[in-house]
Amino acid sequence: MTALLAVTDLRVALPSARGAVEAVCGVDLRIERGETLGLIGESGCGKSMTALAVMGLLPEGAQVRGSIRFDGQELVGLDDAAMCSLRGRRIAMVFQEPMTALDPLQPLWKLVSASLRVHRGLDARSARAEALRLLERVRLPQAAQRLDARVHQLSGGQRQRVMIAAALACGPELLIADEPTTALDATLQREILGLLDQLVREDGMGLLLISHDLAATARSVARVKVMYGGTVVEEGPTAAVFATPAHPYTRGLVAARPRVGAPRGTALATIPGRVPALGDLPAGCPFSDRCGWVVEDCHAALPPTVDCGEARAARCIRLGDISL
Amino acid sequence: MRRHPSFVAGGVLVLLWLAAVLLSFAWTPWPPTEIDIPNKLLPPSAAHWFGTDSLGRDVASLLLAGARTSLLVGVAAVGMGAVAGTALGLLGAARRGWLDALLMRAADFSFAFPALLTALMLAALYGPGVATAVAAIGLFNLAVFARISRAAAGAVWSRDFVLAARACGRNRWQITWDHVLPNIAAVLIVQATIQFAVAILAEAALSYLGLGVRPPQPSWGRMLNEAQEYLFQAPQLALYPGAAIALCVLGLNLLGDGLRDLLDPRLARERA
Repeated sequence: MTALLAVTDLRVALPSARGAVEAVCGVDLRIERGETLGLIGESGCGKSMTALAVMGLLPEGAQVRGSIRFDGQELVGLDDAAMCSLRGRRIAMVFQEPMTALDPLQPLWKLVSASLRVHRGLDARSARAEALRLLERVRLPQAAQRLDARVHQLSGGQRQRVMIAAALACGPELLIADEPTTALDATLQREILGLLDQLVREDGMGLLLISHDLAATARSVARVKVMYGGTVVEEGPTAAVFATPAHPYTRGLVAARPRVGAPRGTALATIPGRVPALGDLPAGCPFSDRCGWVVEDCHAALPPTVDCGEARAARCIRLGDISL
Repeated sequence: MRRHPSFVAGGVLVLLWLAAVLLSFAWTPWPPTEIDIPNKLLPPSAAHWFGTDSLGRDVASLLLAGARTSLLVGVAAVGMGAVAGTALGLLGAARRGWLDALLMRAADFSFAFPALLTALMLAALYGPGVATAVAAIGLFNLAVFARISRAAAGAVWSRDFVLAARACGRNRWQITWDHVLPNIAAVLIVQATIQFAVAILAEAALSYLGLGVRPPQPSWGRMLNEAQEYLFQAPQLALYPGAAIALCVLGLNLLGDGLRDLLDPRLARERA
């Protein structure tokens, strides 16, 4: 059976003042129906660009190479009309900023039913009815009275519910959520992620959850890929990756989590250095200039993906030397 | 709204002008084009509130009828320019690429010629008249609205909610109509008010030069032109239409200014 989403050797080059720079350098993804995959990493590691490449919504001038197959259909190089018929109907996306990703001038029912009106040609009356059903499904309080409300009348969490309702409208097979909880406070984060989780399970969708929040990811997805500098440096079942991280970058990330119950005054562990700009990545392994285990060979070439068993893999040539 | 005196002042002036236009359809003290040579150049009196002009026409009636002309030319010229220019600007913003570049360079090109020069050229080709004045002012407005709507639409296109609309599968024309146009409407409304003032000034200027409204149709610009010969005998003949033009343009500018502030949520927050 063909995978719902199979991304192979995806490369995205963005135009910049110094010529094209690669924001995504050879990413592979595979999501089956009903499967959840997390993509985590710091800002600028290429996770959002990967998502936008799948949606065909990259900024103007971006070049895409590699292959993105959705249910067997190649999306790279697909014309805009064909992409439009997929977007919102079979692949949907929840954006990170519910404040800016909803048109302030449109009433909620229009925002929520946008893809229904495009893909199913619903008239205003049935679109309203569907919008109400969707808003009730995402448990927006007083949904019926709020069909004609505008975005500014809602709180942050309510706006995110509206955005999720809009994404689910056509019953997509793949849902991409790009940091859906970044703009929300901690209790709301749990609620929204729980809601997403429930909806994904109910509809049997594939979910690609993009986040920099390890705790949020750990609860929501079965498998996780850790990205750094445009490449996937480690992947595996979420629990195993966070329990015994293999790659030095993942180790750093996991160690840098604040722990409740740690003695007072304990300094947070940090990863030395800062994320280099896209054009300034070191030769070879992108993490080599910040890594504590770096050796000469790390600068030679991008390390190959090494299988570490238990469906896990990491891109590091020193996995054998740095014991788990 | 109460806190915005210029909006209120502009609104009152514009409403007075519109009331004058409405009144002129129903009633003027005298028929505005009735010539009465024996009673020419009369000073203001109970019968002729603002006196009579060099041909004995009632100045008050001419002013009322002239308001009609300025409204007609303004609505036609700004309306045509706004609709066609905005359509081109939205098209450029949605399509991008060579078409966008071509449209915007064409707008730049038309800005290189003063509107008055365009009007002179059109008058030379097609003869002077209301239609020529409307076409010349409309053409200038077209370029103005094309540039403004392109710039404003470009800003809307880079907003997140447009990306989200695209993620719903909406194509660029649906996005243009449903998201871009409503979000630039405030800018366009303000600009239309200000262009209206410009159009009235332009109509007066063209008519004054004899390129606009033809006699006997009354126009504030033509009244100024005719008053010129009698500037020393009857200076009030130039003052009345001059004041009418000034008040009308001032009103529209104040209204545009007030609208800009009222429709801009950022400024609204600062005021609050």
